[in-house]
Amino acid sequence: MKSVKVIVSFVFTLSLLSFPSSGFQSDELLVDDEEFGLEGSPQPRSPEPIPTRSPPVTAPTRKRHSDLDSDSKIQFSLEHAFGDSDFSPAGTFSARLKTWSHGGQTLTKLRFSRNSFTDEDKEKFKNLLENDDFYRIRIPSNVLSPPGRDFVISSVKARCLPREGLDEHFVIHMEGVNVLAVNYGSPGSCPYPRNLKLPAKWSFSSHTVLKNSEQAPRAPVFSEEILGGENAEGEVVQPPERSFWAKYWMYLIPLGLIVMNAITQAMNMPEEQASGQGQPSAGAVQRGPSSAARRR
Amino acid sequence: MATRSFFVPFLLFALCFYSSLTPVLSLYEDQVGLMDWHQQYIGKVKQAVFSTQKTGRRRVIVSTEENVIASLDLRHGEIFWRHLLGSDDVIDGIDIGLGKYVITLSSGGSVLRSWNIPDGQMVWESFLQGPKHSKSLLLVPTNLKIEKDNVIVVFSNGRLHAVSCIDGEVLWNKDFEAESFEAQQVIQPPGSDLIYVVGFAASSQFEMYQINARNGELLKHERATFSSGFLRVVSLVSSETVVALDSTGSILLTISFQNGEISFQQTPISNLVEDPSGPAVILPSSVPGIFAIKTNAFTIFIRVIDEGKLEVVEKTNHETTVSNALPISEGQQAFALVQHAGSEIHLAVKIAHDWDGNLLEESIKMDQQRGLVHKVFINNYIRTDKSHGFRVLIVMEDHSLLLLQQGAIVWSREDGLASIIDVTASELPVERDGVSVAKVEHNLFEWLKGHMLKLKGTLMLASPEDVAAIQSMRLKSSEKSKLTRDHNGFRKLLVVLTRAGKLFALHTGDGRIVWSHFLQSLHKSGTCQSPIGLNLYLWQVPHHHAMDENPSVLVISRCGPSSDAPAVLSFVDTYTGKELNSLSLVHGVVQVIPLPYTDSTEQRLHLLIDSDKHAHLYPTTSEALRIFKREFSNIYWYSVEDHNGIIKGHALKCKCTGEVADEFCFDTRDLWSVVFPSESEKIIATVTRKLNEVVHTQAKVVADQDVMYKYISRNLLFVATVAPKGSGEIGSVTPEESWLVAYLIDTVTGRILHRVTHHGAQGPVHAVFSENWVVYHYFNLRAHRYEMSVIEIYDQSRADNKDVWKLVLGKHNLTSPISLFSRPEVITKSQSYFFTHSVKAIAVTSTAKGITSKQLLIGTIGDQVLALDKRFLDPRRSVNPTQAEKEEGIIPLTDSLPIIPQSYVTHALRVEGLRGIVTVPAKLESTTLVFAHGVDLFFTQLAPSKTYDSLTEDFSYALLLLTIVALVAAIFVTWRLSERKELQDKWR
Repeated sequence: MKSVKVIVSFVFTLSLLSFPSSGFQSDELLVDDEEFGLEGSPQPRSPEPIPTRSPPVTAPTRKRHSDLDSDSKIQFSLEHAFGDSDFSPAGTFSARLKTWSHGGQTLTKLRFSRNSFTDEDKEKFKNLLENDDFYRIRIPSNVLSPPGRDFVISSVKARCLPREGLDEHFVIHMEGVNVLAVNYGSPGSCPYPRNLKLPAKWSFSSHTVLKNSEQAPRAPVFSEEILGGENAEGEVVQPPERSFWAKYWMYLIPLGLIVMNAITQAMNMPEEQASGQGQPSAGAVQRGPSSAARRR
Repeated sequence: MATRSFFVPFLLFALCFYSSLTPVLSLYEDQVGLMDWHQQYIGKVKQAVFSTQKTGRRRVIVSTEENVIASLDLRHGEIFWRHLLGSDDVIDGIDIGLGKYVITLSSGGSVLRSWNIPDGQMVWESFLQGPKHSKSLLLVPTNLKIEKDNVIVVFSNGRLHAVSCIDGEVLWNKDFEAESFEAQQVIQPPGSDLIYVVGFAASSQFEMYQINARNGELLKHERATFSSGFLRVVSLVSSETVVALDSTGSILLTISFQNGEISFQQTPISNLVEDPSGPAVILPSSVPGIFAIKTNAFTIFIRVIDEGKLEVVEKTNHETTVSNALPISEGQQAFALVQHAGSEIHLAVKIAHDWDGNLLEESIKMDQQRGLVHKVFINNYIRTDKSHGFRVLIVMEDHSLLLLQQGAIVWSREDGLASIIDVTASELPVERDGVSVAKVEHNLFEWLKGHMLKLKGTLMLASPEDVAAIQSMRLKSSEKSKLTRDHNGFRKLLVVLTRAGKLFALHTGDGRIVWSHFLQSLHKSGTCQSPIGLNLYLWQVPHHHAMDENPSVLVISRCGPSSDAPAVLSFVDTYTGKELNSLSLVHGVVQVIPLPYTDSTEQRLHLLIDSDKHAHLYPTTSEALRIFKREFSNIYWYSVEDHNGIIKGHALKCKCTGEVADEFCFDTRDLWSVVFPSESEKIIATVTRKLNEVVHTQAKVVADQDVMYKYISRNLLFVATVAPKGSGEIGSVTPEESWLVAYLIDTVTGRILHRVTHHGAQGPVHAVFSENWVVYHYFNLRAHRYEMSVIEIYDQSRADNKDVWKLVLGKHNLTSPISLFSRPEVITKSQSYFFTHSVKAIAVTSTAKGITSKQLLIGTIGDQVLALDKRFLDPRRSVNPTQAEKEEGIIPLTDSLPIIPQSYVTHALRVEGLRGIVTVPAKLESTTLVFAHGVDLFFTQLAPSKTYDSLTEDFSYALLLLTIVALVAAIFVTWRLSERKELQDKWR
């Protein structure tokens, strides 16, 4: 299992630009570097993203003329700092820069490759965990011409990250090619009394999300409202589309009772007639005294 | 049987009586002034002119720094009429034309208006254009006529205009194209047809233009160069002589341009005074023959004798102010001179050519709390013995306006209250023996009499006189103006800080000034030339068990406009208005963070952030430091750099690593940043929740018995950005190039919880944040209307706690501490509505426990305050609410918010120049106190859900008592009756 991971990550780092991300449509990527397998490799790799970043910068301008909705690849680096130390490269984001026909540019298919911690980094991180200090990251505020006006910084208490390994979650707020903000933290909760817990594995599982601005809901425009208002009101009356029974039960029940009463009386009448005049019915017997009482 | 027949009418009566108690949303006419008060101010007077014609004699016309033109009664100081010009229509000058019109020049000399003195109606208005921006000067010559038209001469925007006084028509104009020419004076020598325009060009050239007043023809243009340059202020000493200073402030130049010939006469100041001590400045005045210069130590009055010779007439080290000259008789001009001497001011009225003889000399005791005299305006009248009497109008350092006559202050106006910077509310002392200041208790007879009158009013038996008596009794209700705490918390002190640096305590009952204090730190002094007050914070609010301690407020000010100017903290007792302590800090102050911690004496801990991003803790006690250390890692704040569109989050790092060891100073570090792209977004509004807001319930029960949990965090920030192009005036961009983005940002982690774009929207944005919602107001360019949007934010991580069994068994997460470092699961709901008015300020009602529903208080463009129920801004409104939703109180969706005329809390009044609305909770849950301030002040009580927890003010206890007595009597009577009847039955 571990060796597979090694190969995957190795292949990925080598061919970061050569393979277009075809099959993998998700915007999140897990890159788990094995603890020992790539020892030493982060050193040559970490400066690498910086030189390779420049060609994609010019690429979109070249392509824009040929193809309107052109795509180009782009890379920008993630840098981290332990507590108040200086920032150092920590990984690379790569994405496709989509140029729309109306001139706007957006990033899609964001992928992220994280450099693994060196021993030194691990030591620093352990220090952070012990002091409950901040782990800080930053990315350039403009992905085409880094760092743009400034870096966008985000930080989290280091104790929020360790789970099984180190879980991190990036939300990058974009406006065209500008990064407004990056929100960094653990993907889940980070309950308050933060306990010291060392990660079992020194590998990051990273989740990245790109966010663009939403459109506000328009104010409801009731343009034909003056006449529509009455319609709407009419509808308000109508919708209680209740069943016939639900509407008229208060009339139906007395009606039913009357009918029942009438039926029983009608039933009684033939009986009276059938039983003959000689034998008075029970009703007549009962009625007798009352009429008698009234007469008295 | 008899019992029942007696009871029924009584019950009916009682029912009627109680039903009449249900309060109404709006006021009745006779309730105006019961709980509200309104005060009118004008602001610091810039210029005052006195009308000399018959009816106008009793009036003074003033222009103020709040852009008010007002006509005041000279006898009492009341306002006859008043006009507030817009904030961009600054008044440059006023004068009186033809004796019955006030002429005002405003908007940088481009608008000239004429107002009728008796009623303040505008007579005409004319717009004066010119080639370039320049100083604007207004001159209304008394007897300069062009074809029977009286003429107003205006120099503005690099052009000289002659305007007709009758209709405002421009008769002629003359351009002054010379690039660097700066006019200083426009002079019209009386009795001639000439106008002189004098000024400076380049740095060292004095220029004089002689112009024919009849047609604007340039008669003569002379220039003269003085090698060492000028300080660009001149003092006019005669119609053909001005005095200026050279650029070093050490040589006086008498410049005379008699007959169009310019001649200089130099006099070094050191020749006149032995020890000039530093450079001098000319005090602007226009007293013939005399001018004043001011050095660091002295004010020197100098007389100009013939041929430009100068002679010192007086040298004083007191603070001195001079008025302009007032012609009193043929060739005689008087002026007033006010000097400070200890707690008194000396007023002297002198004749211009005779320094030593005083027409009038008076000493007036002056309240130290008023500071120095800033301006003096003199006016004369004829005494009963036909001699000349003088009265002067003086403007003090605290912006108050006083009229002095016959050695006494006739009236005073506290016009500093027209420019309130910050407001906070403080409790009054608890009533105890010897504490109650006002002797307002009635005796029992008066109490009963009052209630009997009220009863008569209720039963409609009152005669008109009685009604008047009831009304006056209600208005003067002595209860409300007592200086002690009341049970309902309606009586409070409003502590306000004015721009002049004076603190006032206003009583909420009737708006009177309980005390006022001119802060020592805000006096102009040698170390601090331009102090400005910044903010007010509640410093110490004694615990309600420690009633014998006085609360205090913290006033933060700094020397000078830049943020790194050293700050000054002053602590003021709110009961007495005494300054307890004052700290001059070495550092500046950019941000003040009241921390939610207090020490054992209930002093609140405050963190001051200076411009070098150091945090300083106050109070500087070891106890405060200990409390602070405990919460060290839980303190976060943010800063908004709106000029470059960056919002940053900060936390504390460690002790300052400066050369001076200061254990109350801390280094800070940046935790997060949000960088708005400068080409597409510009921050125009940031709003947070009020720190002292109370939220009663976290849950909101919605229709169909469902529960939603409000996302209630103190660390939410609402930010509105607009396209940089669209940050100008409304209508300056097309809807396609303008948008507005609203953000909800967590200020601890910098997370953007919500972000929404309104296309085609434009600022200005006014917003209010409360509980879990924010309401903001902006302009919709597509719909050509103002719009208000609401965002409500709900917490989904608690949404599972709906099961009763979970709650019973304790398997819920409602009591677990919330960490903002957890990933938030929130949902937002939003909705937009059209709103008719543009908005000046927006606030929300706040109550003691947060149970009462909320109302938005909207300061409209008409300077009124509109109360709008929050239910109208519910994002869950739909066109056809279900039955359950209707029961919940959801109003069917409409596209615009209703403006109900009865819901104006200011009813018929206007709070001119409305700037802010402050709400303070009363102790009574249903009620909130509202204070609106601008040039005017307005205060009222509001009950957004009606006063469900108390009887109304006019509840008649006498009637209740009477009812009970009558009932008891009836019981006894009927009991006797029934006994007698029973006895009779038994005898039968």
